[in-house]
Parts: sequence; structure tokens; C-alpha cells
Amino acid sequence: MSKPRTIAEKIWDSHVVQEQDGAPALLYIDFHLVHEVTSPQAFQGLRERGLKVRRPDLTMATVDHSIPTTDRSLPILDPIAAAQVARLEANAAEFGVPCLGVHSERQGVVHVVGPELGLTQPGMTVVCGDSHTATHGAFGALAFGIGTSEVELVLATQCLPQRKSKTYQVIVEGALRPGVSAKDIILALIAKIGTGGGTGCVLEYTGAAIRALSMEERMTVSNMSIEGGARAGLIAPDDVTFDYLYGRPFAPKGAAWEEALIRWRQLPTDEGATYDLSVSLDASALEPMITYGTSPGQGIPVTGVVPDPAAIGNAVEREAVEKALRYMGLEGGKPLLGHPVDVVFIGSCTNGRIRDLRDAARVLKGRKVNPKVRTLVVPGSQQVKREAEAEGLPEIFRAAGAEWREPGCSMCIAMNGDEVEAGKYSVSTSNRNFEGRQGKGSRTFLASPLTAAAAAVTGVVTDVRTLL
Amino acid sequence: MKKPFTSFASRLVPLPVRNVDTDQIIPARFLKTISKEGLGDQLFCDWRYDAEGKPKPDFILNQPRWRGAEILLAGDNFGCGSSREHAPWALTQFGFRAVISTSFADIFRQNSMKNSLLPIIVSGDVHRELFELVDKDPDVRVFVDLAAQQLTLPDGRNIEFPVDSFAKHCMLEGVDDLGYIQQHMDAIEAFEKRRTSSINTLAGKGWLPY
Repeated sequence: MSKPRTIAEKIWDSHVVQEQDGAPALLYIDFHLVHEVTSPQAFQGLRERGLKVRRPDLTMATVDHSIPTTDRSLPILDPIAAAQVARLEANAAEFGVPCLGVHSERQGVVHVVGPELGLTQPGMTVVCGDSHTATHGAFGALAFGIGTSEVELVLATQCLPQRKSKTYQVIVEGALRPGVSAKDIILALIAKIGTGGGTGCVLEYTGAAIRALSMEERMTVSNMSIEGGARAGLIAPDDVTFDYLYGRPFAPKGAAWEEALIRWRQLPTDEGATYDLSVSLDASALEPMITYGTSPGQGIPVTGVVPDPAAIGNAVEREAVEKALRYMGLEGGKPLLGHPVDVVFIGSCTNGRIRDLRDAARVLKGRKVNPKVRTLVVPGSQQVKREAEAEGLPEIFRAAGAEWREPGCSMCIAMNGDEVEAGKYSVSTSNRNFEGRQGKGSRTFLASPLTAAAAAVTGVVTDVRTLL
Repeated sequence: MKKPFTSFASRLVPLPVRNVDTDQIIPARFLKTISKEGLGDQLFCDWRYDAEGKPKPDFILNQPRWRGAEILLAGDNFGCGSSREHAPWALTQFGFRAVISTSFADIFRQNSMKNSLLPIIVSGDVHRELFELVDKDPDVRVFVDLAAQQLTLPDGRNIEFPVDSFAKHCMLEGVDDLGYIQQHMDAIEAFEKRRTSSINTLAGKGWLPY
């Protein structure tokens, strides 16, 4: 009997090309996603060294960060963004990399399109010059974000020198209560372990509450692994995974599907395998979560109170909270419920999938957005947009007074003109509440699509359970 | 060819903030560039300049006394968040050669070493002591020796710090890891042949842009 292994260890072992004493292992990369922001310098590096893309057939590019979410038939007004997008399309053409460009009917946020095309599959190694690559871990893939130098290495060689990470089991038992969603699980986890809690680790999400999630909800959880410091976060594949993949354009077909299933069913962590670290959460005790500060770990139940710095003994911790509250213009010891909101953003690689839009529509249907609130609904991809249209969701959003936009990263990173003005408050379904993340001086409360939609209706931070 | 990383002595710029994310190091709106250059002026942009774009005199990097210092003494969990390599590009173009903290985010640490920016991990005690030293005497200097993996304090004490042996080799020699991987191209080809029969790949599936 060989030693019991975790899923992360199994994927690691099957992708090591070479391992020498002292040197990092050479890890083979099955799938490389590329976007316009972190790739131009890498393609330029290849050009300067006279190298080709080794496996364009294992590489896919799309535009998402810099593109406007307005009418796609119009040119991009920002000349710098336009040049960056054009550069990606030109690089892809020059190096033979498939590219879902601005006018592609498959364009979308990189971590939305990979899975929905069936390109992300269990047991794969997946990288992208983007920290939210962890999203793909929801399929039982070892997926992690890399820098531009590493993008260049993978383009050139399809490999990365890597050290094995520690394994960290996240056990989420119990069942979520109504109004509480996958986003609340991950915000509660990060609040518990802190933004550096998973540094050096690959997370594996286990337990009944995780098994009960749909693929889209699982992606919301694994997506934010990096906000807990972990480069990767996996969920073992099961029938939910296989049902999602079956019939997708790039999923295996016929006999290859049957063979893949046999392989994929061997991936889950063996009985008796051990992890370096572990943490438990009780899903049945969770409430809708919201962040109050400038770090994703600064989250509280929506009915809770903002921590009072005066009550924090540890000086470093106290200063961190004081700094965050100063930026956010909030007072410690007070509840967030009822706090005015100026903008609501529903979208991103965390919460821009059809399930998320359905959640938002559930709250907005038959209601009106508060006239003081600008509400943006941004589908994660053209396919999500089409699905939403087929279900009549845009009509619900428009009737409520929300804006229905074209797919992209939009207000999650505010590179494309979709911004929150300085000093304004947004409830956002994205993944980061860092200072200025949604525009210079913007103030972000991170929450689920349900909680965000509730704030759009009332104009204040709201417990969505009062509207369901 | 990058410049080999050599040992040096420098003053320390204290930035006692926890969880500094890469959006603070360089805000996303500057990532529309297709170049690696010209990012030093945008380092910590939103902390460094006011709404009119004028340097804020109270921000440490704007204070003339710190000019020329090559080490950033940062708070815990430095470089978290986005994977943007623009963060180490901006730090090195500003003039930093090392950052000292108790911990670094994984992607930032890797990106830094690929750009000859040394992340130095010290214990909480040494970290506190360094802040106290700078507080007492802003001109205090420490010596950084990557080969020995040592930080030498003004009183002569040597503090060892961990560094990945491979990344250290690359930094000291001024080489990147492409050359290392290319030595193993035969192994990569053999791996690809071996696994196409047993592991699903995306090849040969009519892979076309839509």
C-alpha cells in the first residue's frame, strides 16, 4: 500500500517532470490562461529571446481587466487601455495563442470562461498571471496565480520550477441557513484565519457544507483562497463536478469521457491522508457576512458591530483596525446595518456567474433600486450574459433601475472606467476591499450577491433575510 | 542578463503597516502599461501624492532624509493580494533592493526574487528591534549579505534569514530560471509523450478561437 495522499499531493506527483536534490521540482502546466494586463511584458520577453510559445494548444487568452462594459460596437475610449487590449490580440495572433477577443461571443472574465468552456478539468495544473486563478481549484485542479516572469516561463516551456506547498484542510460541516451563501463561507473563513493565514499552503475545502454547494458556489469559495494568503484552494471532484462538466465544449466526449471519469474518481484525498494544518467552520452557525475594513479578513456578520479599536489589546492589531476605520470613515463599536450605500456592484470572477445573478434577481424582482444607489450588474462572460437573457434577468434588473452591462472585471479592479468615486461607499460582490481598489478613495463593503442586492433596494447595509 | 545581487549596507525606511497589499504598492490604474519601466514614480502612489498629484510631505518616501535608503522595513504579511509583478518592478525602480518583514505573501515573494528584490524574513523580536533602532536613530544602517543569508545589525550581531536555495543561486549569479528549465527540455518532451496516452490534454480538439 502506498502512503495515503491528499488530492493536492496526487496532482503534484503526477505533474513533476524532474526533481533534483536542492532544486525546485519542474512542474508541468496543463492549462495556461492569459489576459491583457499581466502578459504584454512576458510576450515581449519571448520576442527578445527569440522564443515561441511552446504549447499554444494548452494556452488561452481573453480580455477582461481593461475593457469597458459599455456597448462593444464602440471603440475603447481610453487610449492606454485600447493599446493594451490591441497588444494582447496582436500577441496572441503572432504567437498562435487562441484568443477570446473583444468581439468574441465567448469573451469573459478569465476565471469564468475557462470553467464554462469545460477547459478547466479535475486533476489539472492551471496557472494564470492573476491571483484569482485559485478559482479553478473548485474542480479539483491545482490552480494558482503567477507573476509575469512566470507567465513568460510557462509560455516558453510549459513548466514552472516550484516548491511543494503545505496542505491545509478547511472543514465546513453543517448546512447553510436561508439567506447565507458560499460567499459568506469564504468571508467567514478569511475573518477566522486572517489574510496571511494560508501563506505557503494549498487549501482543501472539505465537509458536508462544501459538498452541498453547486460548482458555481464552489468557485466563489476557491476564488478567494488567495484572500486568506493561499495561492491555491481545491475541492475534490464529485458528481456535482462531473455533471457540470458533462457536455461542455472542451470536456471529453464518448469513450474519453468514461476514461476521464475513472481517472477523476481517483483524485479525492485518500482515507488516512494527513494535512499540515486544519481549521473548522460550522456552516449552520454562519450569518450573512460583510467586511468593514480594508482587508478581506476584516469581516463581520451583517448584524454584528464593527470592532472597537479601544477594546483591542494587541497594539499592532489595534493600529490596523484604526487605520482601516479611518479610511472607511467608520466608528468602532457601531453596527454596519443601516449604513448608507452609494454604489452596488454585482459581478467579478468571485460572483459574476449565472447563479450569482439569479440570487441578485431574486431580491430585485418586483422591487426598485433606491434612487440614491448606482447599481451595476456585470455578467462574468458573454455566455453568462446569454444565459441571463434567456431567463429574463436583464428585464428584472432594468425594471428595478439597475444597469445591465457587458462582461468584464469592471468595478472589481476599476481599470476600465467603472469606478466608485472617492469617499463613496459600495457594497460589492467582488473579492477585495483594499484602499482604492474600486477607484481612488473608494470604500468597499464586500458581501454576497444577496446582501449586495438588498443594499441596492434599501440604500443602506441590510440583512437580506428581512427581504426574502 | 540581470545584475548579480551583491551585499550592501543601507539605512531602513520604516513603514509599520500590516497587510500592505500590492494595490497599495502600485494601484491597478497603472497596470494598463505594456512596459515594465517607469513605475518607480507610481510606487505607493495613493499614499504618496494628494488629489492634485503633489507629494504629501508627511509620507515617508517623500521625506528627503530617507532618500537613497535601499531597504524597506515593512509590516507583517507584506505584498498580499494581486499577483501583479508591477509591485516589485515599482519597488526596485524606486531604488529598493530588499524588504524586511515577518512574512511575505507567496506570489509577491517569488516575483520579488525574480527581480533582484530580496525579501528578508525576520522574527517578530528582530522586527520590533529594527523598528526601535530606526526610531532612535534614522541613520542606523544594516548590512545585507545574501550569500551568507545574514543581516548584520549595528551592534555586530548577525541575524540569519531563510532564502530558497535555488532563488538565491539565481539572484547571486544574475540568471533567471529559464536557462535551468531549458536544460531539462528532453525530460519535458518525454513527460509530454508519456502522459498524452494516460492523461487527458486539450490537444487535438479543434482548438480554435471562437
